[in-house]
Amino acid sequence: MNILYQIGEYVVMVLQAFKRPDKGFVFRRQLLYDFKRLGVDSISIISIISLFTGAIIAIQMAYNIDSPFIPKSTIGFSTRQMLVLEISPTIISLILAGKVGSRIASEIGTMRITEQIDALRVMGVNPPNFLVLPKIVAAMLYFPVLIVYSIFLGILGGWIMGIITGLIPSADYIIGIQSWFDPFTLTYAMIKTVVFAFIITSVSAYKGYTVKGGSVEVGQASTEAIVVSSILIIFSDLILTQLLLT
Amino acid sequence: MIEVKNISKSFGNQLIVNNISTTFEEGKTNLIIGQSGSGKTVLMKCCIGLYDVDSGEVDFHGRRFSNISDKRRKHIRQEMGVLFQGGALFDSLTVEDNIMFPLNMFTEMGIKEKKERVNFVLENVNLTGSNNKYPAELSGGMVKRVAIARAISLMPKYLFADEPNSGLDPKTAERIDELLSSLTKKFNMTTVINTHDMNSVLQIGEKICFINHGKLCWEGDKETILKTDKKELNDFVFATELTRRIKR
Ligand SMILES: Nc1ncnc2c1ncn2[C@@H]1O[C@H](COP(=O)(O)OP(=O)(O)OP(=O)(O)O)[C@@H](O)[C@H]1O
Ligand SMILES: [Mg+2]
Repeated sequence: MNILYQIGEYVVMVLQAFKRPDKGFVFRRQLLYDFKRLGVDSISIISIISLFTGAIIAIQMAYNIDSPFIPKSTIGFSTRQMLVLEISPTIISLILAGKVGSRIASEIGTMRITEQIDALRVMGVNPPNFLVLPKIVAAMLYFPVLIVYSIFLGILGGWIMGIITGLIPSADYIIGIQSWFDPFTLTYAMIKTVVFAFIITSVSAYKGYTVKGGSVEVGQASTEAIVVSSILIIFSDLILTQLLLT
Repeated sequence: MIEVKNISKSFGNQLIVNNISTTFEEGKTNLIIGQSGSGKTVLMKCCIGLYDVDSGEVDFHGRRFSNISDKRRKHIRQEMGVLFQGGALFDSLTVEDNIMFPLNMFTEMGIKEKKERVNFVLENVNLTGSNNKYPAELSGGMVKRVAIARAISLMPKYLFADEPNSGLDPKTAERIDELLSSLTKKFNMTTVINTHDMNSVLQIGEKICFINHGKLCWEGDKETILKTDKKELNDFVFATELTRRIKR
Protein backbone atom coordinates (compact mmCIF):
# COMPACT_ATOMS: atom_id res chain seq x y z
CA MET A 1 0.00 0.00 0.00
CA ASN A 2 2.61 2.44 1.16
CA ILE A 3 4.95 1.45 -1.66
CA LEU A 4 2.19 1.89 -4.24
CA TYR A 5 1.45 5.33 -2.81
CA GLN A 6 5.12 6.27 -3.11
CA ILE A 7 5.32 5.05 -6.69
CA GLY A 8 2.26 7.12 -7.52
CA GLU A 9 3.72 10.17 -5.84
CA TYR A 10 6.99 9.65 -7.73
CA VAL A 11 5.24 9.38 -11.08
CA VAL A 12 3.24 12.54 -10.41
CA MET A 13 6.42 14.42 -9.53
CA VAL A 14 8.23 13.24 -12.65
CA LEU A 15 5.27 14.15 -14.86
CA GLN A 16 5.17 17.60 -13.29
CA ALA A 17 8.90 17.95 -13.89
CA PHE A 18 8.58 17.22 -17.59
CA LYS A 19 6.51 20.30 -18.41
CA ARG A 20 7.65 23.16 -20.52
CA PRO A 21 9.26 25.81 -18.27
CA ASP A 22 7.39 29.10 -18.11
CA LYS A 23 10.49 31.20 -18.25
CA GLY A 24 13.18 29.75 -20.50
CA PHE A 25 16.05 31.79 -19.15
CA VAL A 26 15.32 30.93 -15.53
CA PHE A 27 15.42 27.25 -16.49
CA ARG A 28 18.65 27.60 -18.49
CA ARG A 29 20.37 29.31 -15.59
CA GLN A 30 19.37 26.47 -13.28
CA LEU A 31 20.60 23.90 -15.82
CA LEU A 32 23.98 25.61 -15.94
CA TYR A 33 24.12 25.61 -12.15
CA ASP A 34 23.39 21.86 -12.07
CA PHE A 35 26.04 21.12 -14.71
CA LYS A 36 28.62 22.93 -12.62
CA ARG A 37 27.63 21.03 -9.50
CA LEU A 38 27.87 17.68 -11.32
CA GLY A 39 31.31 18.54 -12.66
CA VAL A 40 32.91 19.34 -9.33
CA ASP A 41 31.14 16.43 -7.71
CA SER A 42 32.63 13.54 -9.44
CA ILE A 43 35.74 13.88 -11.60
CA SER A 44 38.41 13.03 -9.03
CA ILE A 45 36.79 9.98 -7.45
CA ILE A 46 35.90 8.57 -10.85
CA SER A 47 39.45 9.02 -12.09
CA ILE A 48 40.92 7.14 -9.15
CA ILE A 49 38.41 4.31 -9.21
CA SER A 50 38.62 3.82 -12.97
CA LEU A 51 42.41 3.74 -13.10
CA PHE A 52 42.65 1.22 -10.27
CA THR A 53 39.80 -1.02 -11.41
CA GLY A 54 41.30 -1.14 -14.91
CA ALA A 55 44.64 -2.13 -13.41
CA ILE A 56 43.10 -4.80 -11.20
CA ILE A 57 41.03 -6.31 -14.00
CA ALA A 58 44.05 -6.51 -16.28
CA ILE A 59 46.02 -8.43 -13.63
CA GLN A 60 43.11 -10.77 -12.98
CA MET A 61 42.77 -11.42 -16.71
CA ALA A 62 46.47 -12.14 -16.97
CA TYR A 63 46.11 -14.56 -14.08
CA ASN A 64 43.09 -16.28 -15.65
CA ILE A 65 44.53 -16.56 -19.12
CA ASP A 66 47.76 -18.23 -18.15
CA SER A 67 47.95 -20.65 -21.06
CA PRO A 68 50.39 -20.84 -23.97
CA PHE A 69 47.48 -21.61 -26.35
CA ILE A 70 45.74 -18.29 -25.72
CA PRO A 71 47.43 -15.20 -27.14
CA LYS A 72 48.39 -12.52 -24.61
CA SER A 73 46.38 -9.96 -26.56
CA THR A 74 43.26 -11.62 -25.16
CA ILE A 75 44.08 -9.89 -21.86
CA GLY A 76 43.71 -6.47 -23.49
CA PHE A 77 40.56 -7.59 -25.27
CA SER A 78 38.82 -8.92 -22.16
CA THR A 79 39.82 -5.95 -20.03
CA ARG A 80 38.25 -3.64 -22.58
CA GLN A 81 35.10 -5.73 -22.81
CA MET A 82 34.69 -5.86 -19.04
CA LEU A 83 35.14 -2.14 -18.72
CA VAL A 84 32.79 -1.21 -21.55
CA LEU A 85 30.07 -3.71 -20.78
CA GLU A 86 29.82 -3.60 -17.03
CA ILE A 87 32.47 -2.00 -14.86
CA SER A 88 32.35 1.55 -16.14
CA PRO A 89 28.63 2.01 -16.73
CA THR A 90 27.41 0.08 -13.70
CA ILE A 91 30.07 0.44 -11.03
CA ILE A 92 30.64 4.11 -11.78
CA SER A 93 26.90 4.72 -11.79
CA LEU A 94 26.65 3.07 -8.38
CA ILE A 95 29.32 5.41 -7.12
CA LEU A 96 27.52 8.34 -8.66
CA ALA A 97 24.33 7.18 -6.94
CA GLY A 98 26.22 7.66 -3.69
CA LYS A 99 27.77 10.99 -4.54
CA VAL A 100 25.28 12.77 -6.77
CA GLY A 101 22.19 11.04 -5.40
CA SER A 102 22.81 11.88 -1.78
CA ARG A 103 23.67 15.44 -2.68
CA ILE A 104 20.50 15.95 -4.70
CA ALA A 105 18.33 14.41 -1.97
CA SER A 106 19.82 16.54 0.78
CA GLU A 107 19.80 19.71 -1.30
CA ILE A 108 16.14 19.38 -2.25
CA GLY A 109 15.23 18.01 1.19
CA THR A 110 16.77 21.04 2.88
CA MET A 111 14.83 23.29 0.53
CA ARG A 112 11.69 21.45 1.54
CA ILE A 113 12.12 21.77 5.30
CA THR A 114 13.23 25.42 5.12
CA GLU A 115 10.09 26.28 3.10
CA GLN A 116 12.11 27.24 0.01
CA ILE A 117 9.93 24.93 -2.08
CA ASP A 118 6.82 26.68 -0.73
CA ALA A 119 8.45 29.98 -1.60
CA LEU A 120 9.02 28.78 -5.17
CA ARG A 121 5.38 27.84 -5.53
CA VAL A 122 4.23 31.18 -4.18
CA MET A 123 6.43 32.86 -6.76
CA GLY A 124 4.63 31.04 -9.55
CA VAL A 125 7.21 28.29 -10.09
CA ASN A 126 6.38 24.65 -10.66
CA PRO A 127 9.00 23.29 -8.22
CA PRO A 128 9.64 19.86 -9.80
CA ASN A 129 10.05 21.52 -13.17
CA PHE A 130 12.49 24.06 -11.79
CA LEU A 131 14.44 21.83 -9.38
CA VAL A 132 14.21 18.32 -10.77
CA LEU A 133 14.15 18.59 -14.56
CA PRO A 134 17.47 20.46 -14.87
CA LYS A 135 19.13 17.85 -12.68
CA ILE A 136 17.76 14.98 -14.75
CA VAL A 137 18.74 16.64 -18.02
CA ALA A 138 22.21 17.59 -16.79
CA ALA A 139 22.91 14.06 -15.55
CA MET A 140 21.58 12.35 -18.68
CA LEU A 141 23.91 14.48 -20.79
CA TYR A 142 26.90 14.45 -18.50
CA PHE A 143 27.06 10.87 -17.18
CA PRO A 144 27.76 9.35 -20.63
CA VAL A 145 30.75 11.67 -20.95
CA LEU A 146 31.96 10.52 -17.54
CA ILE A 147 31.53 6.87 -18.49
CA VAL A 148 33.53 7.24 -21.71
CA TYR A 149 36.21 8.99 -19.69
CA SER A 150 36.11 6.15 -17.15
CA ILE A 151 36.45 3.47 -19.86
CA PHE A 152 39.43 5.30 -21.27
CA LEU A 153 41.12 5.62 -17.88
CA GLY A 154 40.40 1.99 -17.02
CA ILE A 155 42.06 0.76 -20.19
CA LEU A 156 44.97 3.08 -19.47
CA GLY A 157 45.23 1.71 -15.93
CA GLY A 158 45.43 -1.86 -17.23
CA TRP A 159 48.15 -0.93 -19.69
CA ILE A 160 50.25 0.84 -17.05
CA MET A 161 49.87 -2.08 -14.64
CA GLY A 162 50.83 -4.55 -17.35
CA ILE A 163 54.05 -2.67 -17.92
CA ILE A 164 54.84 -2.17 -14.21
CA THR A 165 54.36 -5.84 -13.33
CA GLY A 166 55.73 -7.14 -16.60
CA LEU A 167 52.77 -9.52 -16.84
CA ILE A 168 51.37 -8.13 -20.08
CA PRO A 169 53.58 -6.99 -22.95
CA SER A 170 52.57 -3.51 -24.07
CA ALA A 171 52.29 -4.43 -27.76
CA ASP A 172 49.96 -7.38 -27.04
CA TYR A 173 47.76 -5.30 -24.79
CA ILE A 174 47.41 -2.63 -27.46
CA ILE A 175 46.56 -5.17 -30.14
CA GLY A 176 44.03 -6.70 -27.72
CA ILE A 177 42.16 -3.54 -26.95
CA GLN A 178 41.77 -2.87 -30.66
CA SER A 179 40.55 -6.27 -31.76
CA TRP A 180 36.98 -7.48 -32.40
CA PHE A 181 35.45 -4.19 -31.45
CA ASP A 182 31.68 -4.19 -31.80
CA PRO A 183 30.40 -0.61 -31.67
CA PHE A 184 27.12 -1.89 -30.29
CA THR A 185 28.77 -2.65 -26.95
CA LEU A 186 29.43 1.05 -26.58
CA THR A 187 25.83 1.87 -27.55
CA TYR A 188 24.68 -0.64 -24.94
CA ALA A 189 26.89 1.03 -22.32
CA MET A 190 25.53 4.46 -23.20
CA ILE A 191 21.91 3.31 -23.08
CA LYS A 192 22.51 1.85 -19.63
CA THR A 193 24.24 4.99 -18.44
CA VAL A 194 21.42 7.27 -19.57
CA VAL A 195 18.85 5.08 -17.85
CA PHE A 196 20.93 4.99 -14.65
CA ALA A 197 21.33 8.77 -14.77
CA PHE A 198 17.57 9.14 -14.92
CA ILE A 199 17.08 6.71 -12.03
CA ILE A 200 19.66 8.36 -9.78
CA THR A 201 18.47 11.92 -10.29
CA SER A 202 14.73 11.33 -10.29
CA VAL A 203 14.68 8.92 -7.34
CA SER A 204 16.98 11.10 -5.23
CA ALA A 205 15.00 14.21 -6.11
CA TYR A 206 11.81 12.41 -5.12
CA LYS A 207 13.29 11.38 -1.78
CA GLY A 208 14.33 14.97 -1.07
CA TYR A 209 11.12 16.47 -2.38
CA THR A 210 8.93 14.47 -0.03
CA VAL A 211 10.93 14.97 3.17
CA LYS A 212 8.86 15.85 6.22
CA GLY A 213 10.40 16.99 9.46
CA GLY A 214 13.89 18.26 10.10
CA SER A 215 17.56 17.68 9.48
CA VAL A 216 17.42 14.09 10.74
CA GLU A 217 14.84 13.24 8.09
CA VAL A 218 16.93 14.95 5.41
CA GLY A 219 19.84 12.69 6.36
CA GLN A 220 17.56 9.67 6.21
CA ALA A 221 16.22 10.72 2.84
CA SER A 222 19.68 10.96 1.36
CA THR A 223 20.63 7.50 2.63
CA GLU A 224 17.39 6.09 1.25
CA ALA A 225 18.08 7.81 -2.04
CA ILE A 226 21.36 5.90 -2.34
CA VAL A 227 19.86 2.58 -1.33
CA VAL A 228 16.81 2.75 -3.56
CA SER A 229 18.63 4.05 -6.62
CA SER A 230 21.39 1.44 -6.24
CA ILE A 231 18.84 -1.36 -6.12
CA LEU A 232 16.99 0.05 -9.12
CA ILE A 233 20.26 0.39 -11.04
CA ILE A 234 21.19 -3.26 -10.57
CA PHE A 235 17.66 -4.35 -11.33
CA SER A 236 17.39 -2.34 -14.53
CA ASP A 237 20.89 -3.45 -15.48
CA LEU A 238 19.66 -7.01 -15.53
CA ILE A 239 16.58 -6.13 -17.56
CA LEU A 240 18.45 -3.98 -20.08
CA THR A 241 21.15 -6.60 -20.50
CA GLN A 242 18.49 -9.20 -21.17
CA LEU A 243 16.81 -6.95 -23.70
CA LEU A 244 19.86 -5.68 -25.50
CA LEU A 245 22.41 -8.49 -25.43
CA THR A 246 20.39 -11.66 -25.91
CA MET B 1 -9.66 42.79 1.00
CA ILE B 2 -9.31 39.09 1.63
CA GLU B 3 -12.34 37.09 2.69
CA VAL B 4 -11.91 33.83 4.56
CA LYS B 5 -15.17 31.91 4.55
CA ASN B 6 -15.69 28.95 6.87
CA ILE B 7 -12.42 27.22 6.11
CA SER B 8 -11.38 23.97 7.75
CA LYS B 9 -8.23 21.96 7.32
CA SER B 10 -7.16 18.71 8.88
CA PHE B 11 -4.11 16.50 8.62
CA GLY B 12 -5.01 12.86 9.01
CA ASN B 13 -7.74 12.90 11.64
CA GLN B 14 -6.37 16.00 13.37
CA LEU B 15 -8.49 19.08 12.76
CA ILE B 16 -5.99 21.97 12.68
CA VAL B 17 -8.09 24.83 11.29
CA ASN B 18 -11.67 24.62 12.52
CA ASN B 19 -14.30 26.54 10.55
CA ILE B 20 -12.64 29.98 10.52
CA SER B 21 -14.28 33.00 8.89
CA THR B 22 -12.84 36.50 8.89
CA THR B 23 -11.82 39.34 6.60
CA PHE B 24 -8.44 41.00 6.22
CA GLU B 25 -8.75 44.65 5.32
CA GLU B 26 -6.95 46.80 2.80
CA GLY B 27 -4.36 49.33 4.02
CA LYS B 28 -4.33 47.70 7.43
CA THR B 29 -2.01 45.37 9.30
CA ASN B 30 -4.16 42.35 10.12
CA LEU B 31 -2.71 40.15 12.84
CA ILE B 32 -3.30 36.49 13.48
CA ILE B 33 -2.26 35.72 17.03
CA GLY B 34 -2.27 32.57 19.10
CA GLN B 35 -0.08 30.16 20.97
CA SER B 36 2.59 28.08 19.31
CA GLY B 37 0.86 25.17 17.60
CA SER B 38 -2.55 26.85 17.48
CA GLY B 39 -2.63 26.67 13.68
CA LYS B 40 -1.49 30.12 12.54
CA THR B 41 0.95 28.87 9.93
CA VAL B 42 -1.53 26.32 8.58
CA LEU B 43 -4.23 29.01 8.35
CA MET B 44 -1.87 31.30 6.47
CA LYS B 45 -0.80 28.51 4.12
CA CYS B 46 -4.45 27.84 3.36
CA CYS B 47 -4.88 31.52 2.50
CA ILE B 48 -1.91 31.59 0.12
CA GLY B 49 -2.90 28.37 -1.59
CA LEU B 50 -0.09 26.13 -0.36
CA TYR B 51 -2.63 23.86 1.26
CA ASP B 52 -5.99 23.03 -0.25
CA VAL B 53 -8.77 23.47 2.29
CA ASP B 54 -11.16 20.67 3.24
CA SER B 55 -14.15 23.00 3.16
CA GLY B 56 -14.82 26.72 2.85
CA GLU B 57 -13.32 29.30 0.54
CA VAL B 58 -10.75 32.09 0.39
CA ASP B 59 -11.44 35.08 -1.89
CA PHE B 60 -9.10 37.90 -2.88
CA HIS B 61 -11.25 40.90 -3.77
CA GLY B 62 -14.06 38.59 -4.76
CA ARG B 63 -11.78 36.32 -6.80
CA ARG B 64 -11.77 32.77 -5.58
CA PHE B 65 -8.28 31.51 -4.69
CA SER B 66 -8.73 28.33 -2.66
CA ASN B 67 -8.70 24.84 -4.20
CA ILE B 68 -7.94 25.87 -7.77
CA SER B 69 -4.95 24.79 -9.86
CA ASP B 70 -1.58 26.51 -9.45
CA LYS B 71 -1.90 27.67 -13.02
CA ARG B 72 -5.11 29.56 -12.30
CA ARG B 73 -3.63 30.92 -9.09
CA LYS B 74 -0.86 32.60 -10.96
CA HIS B 75 -2.44 35.95 -11.68
CA ILE B 76 -3.30 36.50 -8.03
CA ARG B 77 0.12 35.29 -6.94
CA GLN B 78 1.56 38.08 -9.05
CA GLU B 79 -0.06 40.47 -6.59
CA MET B 80 1.11 38.62 -3.52
CA GLY B 81 4.23 38.71 -1.38
CA VAL B 82 4.98 36.11 1.28
CA LEU B 83 7.49 36.16 4.09
CA PHE B 84 8.01 32.66 5.50
CA GLN B 85 8.73 31.86 9.12
CA GLY B 86 12.40 31.10 8.48
CA GLY B 87 12.90 33.53 5.60
CA ALA B 88 13.13 30.76 2.98
CA LEU B 89 15.78 32.60 0.97
CA PHE B 90 17.31 30.51 -1.80
CA ASP B 91 20.73 29.47 -0.51
CA SER B 92 22.29 29.20 -3.93
CA LEU B 93 21.38 32.74 -4.96
CA THR B 94 22.75 36.10 -3.86
CA VAL B 95 20.55 38.66 -2.11
CA GLU B 96 20.08 40.44 -5.40
CA ASP B 97 19.11 37.29 -7.30
CA ASN B 98 16.76 36.29 -4.51
CA ILE B 99 14.93 39.59 -4.75
CA MET B 100 14.95 39.47 -8.53
CA PHE B 101 13.44 36.00 -8.60
CA PRO B 102 9.77 37.02 -8.49
CA LEU B 103 10.51 39.79 -10.97
CA ASN B 104 11.99 37.22 -13.36
CA MET B 105 8.99 34.95 -12.96
CA PHE B 106 6.19 37.47 -13.20
CA THR B 107 7.41 40.46 -15.18
CA GLU B 108 9.10 41.28 -18.45
CA MET B 109 11.27 43.98 -16.90
CA GLY B 110 14.69 44.67 -18.39
CA ILE B 111 17.80 44.01 -16.33
CA LYS B 112 18.35 47.70 -15.58
CA GLU B 113 14.83 48.16 -14.34
CA LYS B 114 15.10 45.04 -12.19
CA LYS B 115 18.34 46.26 -10.60
CA GLU B 116 16.69 49.58 -9.82
CA ARG B 117 13.80 47.76 -8.17
CA VAL B 118 16.20 45.60 -6.13
CA ASN B 119 18.03 48.67 -4.87
CA PHE B 120 14.76 50.40 -4.10
CA VAL B 121 13.42 47.58 -1.93
CA LEU B 122 16.78 47.04 -0.24
CA GLU B 123 16.76 50.72 0.66
CA ASN B 124 13.30 50.25 2.15
CA VAL B 125 14.57 47.53 4.49
CA ASN B 126 17.78 49.40 5.33
CA LEU B 127 20.09 47.01 3.57
CA THR B 128 21.53 49.17 0.80
CA GLY B 129 24.65 47.60 -0.65
CA SER B 130 24.12 43.99 0.42
CA ASN B 131 23.33 42.94 -3.16
CA ASN B 132 26.11 40.41 -3.60
CA LYS B 133 26.00 38.63 -0.26
CA TYR B 134 24.77 35.05 0.04
CA PRO B 135 22.10 34.13 2.63
CA ALA B 136 24.67 32.15 4.64
CA GLU B 137 26.62 35.38 5.16
CA LEU B 138 23.68 37.25 6.72
CA SER B 139 22.56 37.54 10.33
CA GLY B 140 19.10 36.34 11.38
CA GLY B 141 17.62 39.83 11.30
CA MET B 142 19.16 40.54 7.92
CA VAL B 143 17.69 37.31 6.52
CA LYS B 144 14.25 38.46 7.67
CA ARG B 145 14.73 41.86 6.12
CA VAL B 146 15.95 40.45 2.81
CA ALA B 147 12.94 38.15 2.84
CA ILE B 148 10.70 41.19 3.37
CA ALA B 149 12.48 42.91 0.49
CA ARG B 150 11.82 39.89 -1.71
CA ALA B 151 8.19 39.76 -0.60
CA ILE B 152 7.58 43.40 -1.56
CA SER B 153 9.67 43.45 -4.73
CA LEU B 154 6.59 43.03 -6.92
CA MET B 155 4.83 45.85 -5.07
CA PRO B 156 2.17 43.38 -3.99
CA LYS B 157 -1.41 44.18 -3.10
CA TYR B 158 -1.35 41.42 -0.50
CA LEU B 159 1.49 40.80 1.93
CA PHE B 160 1.67 37.76 4.20
CA ALA B 161 4.27 37.50 6.94
CA ASP B 162 4.68 34.46 9.18
CA GLU B 163 6.28 35.57 12.45
CA PRO B 164 8.40 38.30 10.90
CA ASN B 165 10.15 39.18 14.13
CA SER B 166 10.45 35.93 16.04
CA GLY B 167 13.91 35.19 17.33
CA LEU B 168 15.08 38.78 17.05
CA ASP B 169 16.09 41.25 19.73
CA PRO B 170 13.36 43.71 20.84
CA LYS B 171 14.89 46.66 19.01
CA THR B 172 15.21 44.85 15.67
CA ALA B 173 11.79 43.26 16.18
CA GLU B 174 10.25 46.68 16.66
CA ARG B 175 12.01 48.02 13.58
CA ILE B 176 10.59 45.19 11.49
CA ASP B 177 7.09 45.85 12.83
CA GLU B 178 7.43 49.52 11.97
CA LEU B 179 8.74 48.62 8.55
CA LEU B 180 5.80 46.31 7.78
CA SER B 181 3.32 48.83 9.08
CA SER B 182 4.78 51.73 7.11
CA LEU B 183 5.02 49.66 3.92
CA THR B 184 1.38 48.71 4.38
CA LYS B 185 0.39 52.36 4.49
CA LYS B 186 2.78 53.44 1.75
CA PHE B 187 1.59 50.87 -0.79
CA ASN B 188 -1.95 50.44 0.60
CA MET B 189 -1.42 46.71 0.98
CA THR B 190 -3.62 44.14 2.66
CA THR B 191 -1.10 42.84 5.15
CA VAL B 192 -1.58 39.67 7.19
CA ILE B 193 0.92 38.93 9.95
CA ASN B 194 1.22 35.85 12.14
CA THR B 195 2.70 36.58 15.52
CA HIS B 196 2.70 35.63 19.16
CA ASP B 197 4.62 38.69 20.22
CA MET B 198 2.53 41.01 22.42
CA ASN B 199 4.74 43.98 21.60
CA SER B 200 3.78 43.71 17.93
CA VAL B 201 0.16 43.19 18.87
CA LEU B 202 0.01 46.43 20.84
CA GLN B 203 2.03 48.37 18.32
CA ILE B 204 0.62 47.46 14.91
CA GLY B 205 -2.55 45.49 15.67
CA GLU B 206 -5.15 47.35 13.61
CA LYS B 207 -7.18 44.20 13.25
CA ILE B 208 -6.49 41.17 15.41
CA CYS B 209 -7.74 37.59 15.10
CA PHE B 210 -7.03 35.37 18.07
CA ILE B 211 -6.79 31.68 17.21
CA ASN B 212 -7.10 29.06 19.93
CA HIS B 213 -6.77 25.36 19.06
CA GLY B 214 -7.64 26.05 15.46
CA LYS B 215 -10.76 28.07 16.24
CA LEU B 216 -11.24 31.79 15.79
CA CYS B 217 -11.82 32.75 19.41
CA TRP B 218 -11.90 36.54 19.33
CA GLU B 219 -11.58 39.48 16.91
CA GLY B 220 -10.77 43.10 17.66
CA ASP B 221 -7.93 45.62 17.66
CA LYS B 222 -5.07 46.76 19.88
CA GLU B 223 -7.36 48.90 22.04
CA THR B 224 -10.11 46.39 22.68
CA ILE B 225 -7.71 43.51 23.29
CA LEU B 226 -6.71 44.93 26.69
CA LYS B 227 -10.30 45.26 27.86
CA THR B 228 -11.69 41.89 26.89
CA ASP B 229 -12.95 39.44 29.49
CA LYS B 230 -12.54 36.40 27.28
CA LYS B 231 -10.57 34.01 29.46
CA GLU B 232 -8.47 32.27 26.77
CA LEU B 233 -7.44 35.61 25.34
CA ASN B 234 -6.57 37.06 28.73
CA ASP B 235 -4.45 34.00 29.45
CA PHE B 236 -2.61 34.67 26.21
CA VAL B 237 -2.25 38.44 26.55
CA PHE B 238 -1.35 38.52 30.20
CA ALA B 239 0.86 35.48 30.12
CA THR B 240 3.96 37.20 31.45
CA GLU B 241 4.72 38.95 34.70
CA LEU B 242 5.42 42.18 32.83
CA THR B 243 2.01 42.35 31.17
CA ARG B 244 0.25 41.39 34.42
CA ARG B 245 1.95 44.26 36.21
CA ILE B 246 0.88 46.67 33.48
CA LYS B 247 -2.70 45.53 33.90
CA ARG B 248 -2.67 46.23 37.62
N1 LIG C 1 2.02 19.39 7.18
C1 LIG C 1 1.51 19.02 8.37
N2 LIG C 1 1.13 17.75 8.59
C2 LIG C 1 0.61 17.38 9.77
N3 LIG C 1 0.43 18.20 10.81
C3 LIG C 1 0.78 19.49 10.67
C4 LIG C 1 1.33 19.97 9.44
N4 LIG C 1 1.60 21.28 9.58
C5 LIG C 1 1.21 21.60 10.84
N5 LIG C 1 0.72 20.53 11.50
C6 LIG C 1 0.20 20.53 12.87
O1 LIG C 1 -0.71 21.59 12.97
C7 LIG C 1 -0.62 22.24 14.23
C8 LIG C 1 -0.51 23.72 14.05
O2 LIG C 1 0.73 24.02 13.41
P1 LIG C 1 1.14 25.46 12.97
O3 LIG C 1 2.46 25.35 12.31
O4 LIG C 1 0.05 26.10 12.21
O5 LIG C 1 1.30 26.20 14.36
P2 LIG C 1 1.64 27.74 14.60
O6 LIG C 1 0.44 28.35 15.23
O7 LIG C 1 2.13 28.35 13.36
O8 LIG C 1 2.78 27.64 15.68
P3 LIG C 1 4.14 28.47 15.80
O9 LIG C 1 3.79 29.73 16.48
O10 LIG C 1 4.99 27.60 16.69
O11 LIG C 1 4.71 28.65 14.45
C9 LIG C 1 0.54 21.60 14.94
O12 LIG C 1 0.03 20.75 15.92
C10 LIG C 1 1.27 20.82 13.88
O13 LIG C 1 1.78 19.63 14.42
MG1 LIG D 1 3.98 29.02 12.67
